[in-house]
Amino acid sequence: MTDAVYLDWNATAPMRSEVASAISLALACCGNPSSVHRWGRAQRHATERARAAVAALVDARAEDVVFTSGGTEANHLALLGSSHRSVLVSAIEHDSVREAAADAISIPVHSSGLVDLSALERLLAATKPPALVSLMLANNETGVIQPVASASAIARRYGALLHCDAIQAAGKIPVSLDALGVDLLTLSAHKIGGPQGVGALVLGRDLALTPLLRGGGQERGRRAGTENVPGIIGFGVAAELARDDRDSEKIARLRDRAAAQLVDIAPAARVFGAEAPRLPNTFCITMPGIAAATQVVALDLAGVMVSAGAACSSGKVRPSHVLAAMGVDPEEAQSAIRISLGWSTDVASIERLVDAWGALYRRTRAEAA
Amino acid sequence: MIPAAQSEPIYLDYQATTPTDPRVLEAMLPWFTQKFGNPGSVTHAYGREAAEAVETARAQVAALIGAEAREIVFTSGATESNNLALKGALRFGRDGRNGLVTLPTEHKCVLESARALEREGFRVTTLPVGGDGLFELSALDRAIDDRTVLVSVMAAHNEIGVIQPIAEIGALCRARGVLFHSDAAQAVGKMPIDVNAMGIDLLSVSGHKIYGPKGIGALYVRRRPRARLVPLIDGGGQERGLRSGTLPTPLCVGLGAAAALAQQEMAEEAKRLTIWRQRLLAGLKTRVPELRLNGDALRRLPGNLNLCFPGVSALDLIAACPSLALSTGSACTAAEVEPSYVLRALGVSDVLAQASIRIGLGRFTREAEIPEVIEALASAARSLGVAAARPVAISKVLEARSP
Repeated sequence: MTDAVYLDWNATAPMRSEVASAISLALACCGNPSSVHRWGRAQRHATERARAAVAALVDARAEDVVFTSGGTEANHLALLGSSHRSVLVSAIEHDSVREAAADAISIPVHSSGLVDLSALERLLAATKPPALVSLMLANNETGVIQPVASASAIARRYGALLHCDAIQAAGKIPVSLDALGVDLLTLSAHKIGGPQGVGALVLGRDLALTPLLRGGGQERGRRAGTENVPGIIGFGVAAELARDDRDSEKIARLRDRAAAQLVDIAPAARVFGAEAPRLPNTFCITMPGIAAATQVVALDLAGVMVSAGAACSSGKVRPSHVLAAMGVDPEEAQSAIRISLGWSTDVASIERLVDAWGALYRRTRAEAA
Repeated sequence: MIPAAQSEPIYLDYQATTPTDPRVLEAMLPWFTQKFGNPGSVTHAYGREAAEAVETARAQVAALIGAEAREIVFTSGATESNNLALKGALRFGRDGRNGLVTLPTEHKCVLESARALEREGFRVTTLPVGGDGLFELSALDRAIDDRTVLVSVMAAHNEIGVIQPIAEIGALCRARGVLFHSDAAQAVGKMPIDVNAMGIDLLSVSGHKIYGPKGIGALYVRRRPRARLVPLIDGGGQERGLRSGTLPTPLCVGLGAAAALAQQEMAEEAKRLTIWRQRLLAGLKTRVPELRLNGDALRRLPGNLNLCFPGVSALDLIAACPSLALSTGSACTAAEVEPSYVLRALGVSDVLAQASIRIGLGRFTREAEIPEVIEALASAARSLGVAAARPVAISKVLEARSP
């Protein structure tokens, strides 16, 4: 698989080699960070250093970082653990937010993929306070960056808390807790070159959280369970590297080039959210008339890995709730695939994508003719 | 081997966490770098490769406890498994069933989950335990009523090492038609566990207690008859909807490898550690006859001792033994100054509880370390003023008691 082209970075990013080295070393050290003996204290020290690094990535205070088993758990902790009487969730949130708040009021989005801020204001005015608003910083399928700072200003006017799922945004664009003005922010390590199995909920101010997992008083009583120290150390290293990231411009150029070439091949192809601010690495594009599943399988046979949407749903290719919320016709949505790039993506990878996608397009056109 | 370095203390805290076995580490490493797919991405090669590795690991964990692979739900650790088992089962309770029966000596994460359920309106019954850490089955039989959903009893204890009669509890629960959950974080891989022979419906497993990585655990969930749970974490629908979130492939692989190693080596390891534990206890008793063992003497984990040095503060004793990595009890509460709630539940006085330490031997303990441990602990205890190796004549005791 040496010549395989990986373009599914939003599902998971390859681990940075510095992270892998740090984790390998950490796995060779024993100790429970709650133990008071020397080995335990060394584990505690490493955990706290990583906490500071993760905090620095989003301009937060170290003591406001709560480590979890990943983004899904952190989203649950934010939605189920903060005190509120009603929940408003944007229509394009990840399933881990939508499922955590089954009774939530849905905030619509425009066809651009951007959340409808005036609708947010109307809904907040009509909702029983105090409310919790959950709005992601960047969408995992389209890459559209949401106006979170404006949303948090509105939320504040209504005395509502704002939770921001920044899992896809972190490491790809600068994220500042203060600038965004959010109360709760979710991060995931494996989307920024860290390990799977670690995430964090970052608190914007001293919020009382009801824990999801109870037990030993780890994480200041906000999340019980022996800390995944090697994973946390890896998260810290990945956070440090993400802060120095200088690949964004290069990645955006490659992304724009890929999208332009695909549209050249199939002029009716549509890129969703292209008119809105987007992550540099993501695009969601249709091949008119060809099901996403067909495209993904054909690309996979050609050694190019992309996805038909979120990676979570055990292989089921379901209609995307994100595209539906943007008012995309269901049939058109069925033909959309997500292509996401990362720091090791190069021109050759893009050429492989364009060749494979173009070959499939021409083949199906020839069959139809 | 890491715990053996010359300048390092002798590691005697195997119940707090175990070193990752180098063979486990080796199995995990490729999954960090070369093979990094999201196991949910089954539409492409990297994802499928990861998904296959996760399924192999699931089968390895299942094999260790006599389960089917599809009965294993990966979690972030035993704390999550215990939270999911208790909250999940009780919240699923139907037909007005709302009762939980457990012990006062369970791990904090079971007791705290039970307390949270109580605040939600569920009924929690806590059975008393004896001085040996064991409890009466007849008391359990009486405590179960027609509205009981679940009985939760730890298989082997994290502080006192005591092993409960799991098969008998399972049979009783089966006969009474209630679910049986066992927190087996300390037991799995140290003693044989068979969920079918033992009548277990839900069983919690921890990675880092069985020489696997931290951040991963599992919950066994019986399929026939099905143990039904309400999930704690929803989202992408992974783990058959019982636990959403991207599966951490390297950690799953690590837990699987640790389970496979445990299955191969458990019998020999248990035999070896039992002999060394008895040698350690006997050696210490010779030097410090006042020494007391907390918890049943025989029905305990091979590598565990919980020892009371009357008249000595456990914290002083630990401080006086810098060559040993020891603890007073559960690591989760190690920084607390309160006496162990577990020893309290056994009827141990606060004074004696504060004179107690936990010793855990494990896979990387070396035979040559046993005499070193005896020497270090016995001389420290003596210098701290534990009643010396001079048994008090019985006449003196009677004399002291007479008015």
